Amino acid sequence: MMHGTRIDFGWGRVVVLTVLALAATVLPLPEPLEPFRPNFVALTVLWFCLLSPRLLGLSYAWIAGLALDGFAGVLLGQHALTLTVIAYVACKLRLQIRAFPPLHQSAVILALLWLNEFLLFWIDGIAGHAITDWRRWIPVPLSAALWPLVTSLYAHFAPRR
Amino acid sequence: MSSHQSDPRPLLLGGPALGLRLIVLVSMAAGLMVADHRQHRLAAIRDGIATLAYPIQWAVQAPVQAFGAVRESFATRTRVEAENVKLASDNLVLRLKLMRYESLEQENQRLRAVRESSPRVVQRSLVAEILRVDLDPFRQRVLVNKGTRAEVFRGQAVIDAAGIYGQVTRAGPFSAEIILITDPEHAIPVQVNRTGARSIALGTGRAGLLSLPYLPQNADVIVGDLLVSSGLGGVYPPGYPVARVTAVVRDPGQPLLAVEAEPLAGLDRDPEVLLVWFDNAIVEPEPPSETP
Repeated sequence: MMHGTRIDFGWGRVVVLTVLALAATVLPLPEPLEPFRPNFVALTVLWFCLLSPRLLGLSYAWIAGLALDGFAGVLLGQHALTLTVIAYVACKLRLQIRAFPPLHQSAVILALLWLNEFLLFWIDGIAGHAITDWRRWIPVPLSAALWPLVTSLYAHFAPRR
Repeated sequence: MSSHQSDPRPLLLGGPALGLRLIVLVSMAAGLMVADHRQHRLAAIRDGIATLAYPIQWAVQAPVQAFGAVRESFATRTRVEAENVKLASDNLVLRLKLMRYESLEQENQRLRAVRESSPRVVQRSLVAEILRVDLDPFRQRVLVNKGTRAEVFRGQAVIDAAGIYGQVTRAGPFSAEIILITDPEHAIPVQVNRTGARSIALGTGRAGLLSLPYLPQNADVIVGDLLVSSGLGGVYPPGYPVARVTAVVRDPGQPLLAVEAEPLAGLDRDPEVLLVWFDNAIVEPEPPSETP
């Protein structure tokens, strides 16, 4: 699934994947399905962190987060902050996480996504527009459950050595 | 993972470099948030991102729109004919109303002249198309395809054919974000059309539901009352329909009534909305000019 550490991504692939993730984030869904949208940008950032942290580590997470803020029209910097934090953890524990079996990996991703969502919840609260609707937490387990699918899908994007 | 040995760089990432980067990036993000939240100084950055995002947002919703257009073009002839008949009859009714309206408008202007108050009617409007883009499922906001290039400004009122829709919260060069009257952060000053009682209608975050929590127990409100904009606050033109009261709960234990209302504007189904300009009678105080 993963191809070692020295993966030479072309910037083109990175930009394409990021733009696709952002587009999937704003893709119109039927109203009842809206809360079930997986957290595509966070998954993409985590995947890049685990795969190629030297090239696409924290700075990438920060820029992707800022783009997400601009796209979603929320407070500028909030996703940049939270994604940088989870990218840091992912980079730190990268070698352990990559050695885990898929289910175990999903569990770690779940924890990271919880952290991400909790930080967002916190920032929303400080900024004075907290969303207390319980449905805001749905994407977290859903995205973690999608992790094996995401890795096998994105593996097609990673250049083979 | 045998490739690690061939990699001359340190095996374990981290150490001070990674931690330092984290601290720098997190403080940058925190600085951005404070600047954005407190001072609203980041208009240029926002505009930049909005401009970059616009083509992607447009591309995402294009297939959905194209599908709608294709379905429209395959609509059966009978449906189009039925629609045509309905439009013709609607047109007749509206023209009759317009005749009455014109005389009423003249009368209204005369009366207003007597009272020396300004009429504050909508003077100019611009049709904007809603981009089918989901911004945040828990906030009632939409994106439209007109921005500052079309003289759209922050705080501008947005209406549709049936009533008040919302206001512009952010205007980029090519697109603008509109907060709907049902957004939990939105409040609109309203007036009960039947009695003239004024109150404030708050959004609830659910499409199709406004709440009026500030009416006293003895207020004269009944189910079916029309709420119109009162024009207080100066954002919305007065006298435009906002919502219809759907529930009035009189709990004697509570000091205030719990009133629910359903917005009249087609908040979740309009393909197009109107951005309006009107003469605002409330003049903002000029900032004191700096004396040399």
